[in-house]
Amino acid sequence: MTMLEVRDLHANVQGREILKGLTLTVNPGEVHAIMGPNGSGKSTLAHVLAGRPGYEVTQGQVIYQGRDLLTLSPEERAREGVFLAFQYPIEVPGVSNVYFLKAAANAIRKHRGLPELDAMDFLALCKEKAALVELPEELTRRAVNEGFSGGEKKRNEIFQMAVLDPALAVLDETDSGLDIDALRIVASGVNKLRSPQRAMILVTHYQRLLDYIVPDFVHVLADGRIVTSGGKELAQELEAKGYAWLEKEPAPAASR
Amino acid sequence: MSTDQLHELASREYQAGFVTDIDSETVPPGLSEDVIRLISSKKGEPEWMLEWRLSAYRHWLQMKEPAWPNVHYPKIDYQAISYYAAPKSSKDAPKSLDEVDPKLLETYEKLGIPLREREKLAGIAVDAVFDSVSVATTFKDKLKEVGVIFCSFSEAVKEHPDLVRKYLGTVVPVSDNFFAALNSAVFTDGSFCYVPKGVRCPMELSTYFRINAANTGQFERTLIVAEEGAYVSYLEGCTAPMRDENQLHAAVVELVALDDAQIKYSTVQNWYPGDKDGKGGIYNFVTKRGKCFARAKISWTQVETGSAITWKYPSCILQGDDSVGEFYSVALTANRQQADTGTKMIHVGKNTKSTIVSKGISAGHGQNTYRGLVRIGKGASGARNYSQCDSLLLGDKCGAHTFPYIDVQNSTARMEHEASTSKIGEDQIFYFQQRGISAEEAVNMIVNGFCKEVFKELPMEFAVEAQKLLGVSLEGSVG
Repeated sequence: MTMLEVRDLHANVQGREILKGLTLTVNPGEVHAIMGPNGSGKSTLAHVLAGRPGYEVTQGQVIYQGRDLLTLSPEERAREGVFLAFQYPIEVPGVSNVYFLKAAANAIRKHRGLPELDAMDFLALCKEKAALVELPEELTRRAVNEGFSGGEKKRNEIFQMAVLDPALAVLDETDSGLDIDALRIVASGVNKLRSPQRAMILVTHYQRLLDYIVPDFVHVLADGRIVTSGGKELAQELEAKGYAWLEKEPAPAASR
Repeated sequence: MSTDQLHELASREYQAGFVTDIDSETVPPGLSEDVIRLISSKKGEPEWMLEWRLSAYRHWLQMKEPAWPNVHYPKIDYQAISYYAAPKSSKDAPKSLDEVDPKLLETYEKLGIPLREREKLAGIAVDAVFDSVSVATTFKDKLKEVGVIFCSFSEAVKEHPDLVRKYLGTVVPVSDNFFAALNSAVFTDGSFCYVPKGVRCPMELSTYFRINAANTGQFERTLIVAEEGAYVSYLEGCTAPMRDENQLHAAVVELVALDDAQIKYSTVQNWYPGDKDGKGGIYNFVTKRGKCFARAKISWTQVETGSAITWKYPSCILQGDDSVGEFYSVALTANRQQADTGTKMIHVGKNTKSTIVSKGISAGHGQNTYRGLVRIGKGASGARNYSQCDSLLLGDKCGAHTFPYIDVQNSTARMEHEASTSKIGEDQIFYFQQRGISAEEAVNMIVNGFCKEVFKELPMEFAVEAQKLLGVSLEGSVG
């Protein structure tokens, strides 16, 4: 079954149309990179998929594992296996990272008819997954993202993804604000989470991330539509030429 | 989560509202010396008690209702209030729970206070106050063995007049303030607890309060005395049925901790807060104060989620050297609730220490004010205070206010004050939702995280109850 099928998606943010007919198909096991200049609608796509309030879909369809994703509440989407790694992870003072994640994991397990994990099992799972992104154990005990550096926040997102084991992961500008070492750690964590059952959508402005996480497909988003798609070499082409050449041309790939 | 959803959650209503249908024997509205004489004679009080009440009343006549709190309510007509109500069954006071009016028991059941189970499971002695007269007191025998007296205030006046006379009004004098004077004049019942020298009270003592008869003022009087080296932990909890008219509640609690004694006083308060427009609801004007003698310690912990208006400053007079005062508070205001609450720490003795941790949560149109006074007297050398006042806002129509007064007259004092204000944002809630956690659960988790420093001060079973209560209150409070 197709993981995700986005058909002619139009979406408004604060009354302004940002997505203007986006079409995209993602199969299990695939990693898709969505690239594009600032303001092209990359992050909007990520938030629309996650169901963020304030992002209004005016036209089109999103089918996720055979279901109409747009009718589900944000928490139902999450429980169904949609995960968004935030570009700007939120700080939650007073709520510890493990406690937060245990509540999340158990909400998802409950939804899937699985027994809740007890504290011991959960801590063991956390320990294993924290190692994936070299997240110090101390950070798992601290309040969610509170006082974390930019890099720690991003690692924490991937750590959460590893624990929650989603079917579809959307990574929104996961590379932004990372130095090269942090980028390498985050990318290596993401690579370890690639699997034939899981699909990923990487939203990124720069090609840099794609040196470390090699995508199966690259799509270029401009003015709310996918204007061209290709393999990983498209990213390199973009790196060399920039985005300007795409915007000048009519959109040949829009109908693809 | 959208603003609409927040609004919907914010406008849910109180879940413990109901009225028990019991005939009350009620004195007609109005306040005069005659009414006070009537109350006193109905209770069969000795002359000195009546005189004490009358002197309080005469002080009260000279006093003005305080206008300084940051709360707003229509003028109270003190002549329109009935000052005495008792359930009928009180005349031949029940000897055991079997004799208690089944409807009362039913009411406690609805509140989740099954007395019988509590007796067995929690090992708590319950002095349940229904309106103004105690209807059930348990575990007395066990307490008697170690010499602890725990009974209704009326009973104490009859059975232990010397103790009551010795300590009553020594912490909160009759002329202390408008509401305390009113209480002193007309109080109908309450609890009395006395722990003799060197005794550690073998169980948590607990009282559940409830307001029921319509338009009836509720004036509880509590006096707790811990003799030298004694220890007692006292739990107070209450909830009230839904009512249309505002009900005045003006309680007085006095704690006396003699040398080396410790009193831990915990409150979970859930009086009816009024509906979403602020109609109905309890006016809770309470005077709570404790006096610490040498090396004594008094610790107040309160979780305030109810009442339309709360005016309450559980305080400590640190009279003796090396004495310790603590105040841990969670106050939640939702809908149209208003709270002006905090503490006073009066350092008199040397090397006295006080800690204040106040957590205010405002939701809906709620207004939450922290008002605190830390006074270091001239002779209080080496005194220390740590204060922390945190406010959490849910939504954009509520308010948090902080008035920390500090008055230091001794240069050796060490004072620390920390304050913060934060807001539960839609971004935070969405973050939880994106991880599979519902908005309501998200708010619960954030609020519980915010309050955990206070919850950990509560006795275990009470902490669970408080957390639950906050959850229930929040279901109607997010916004």
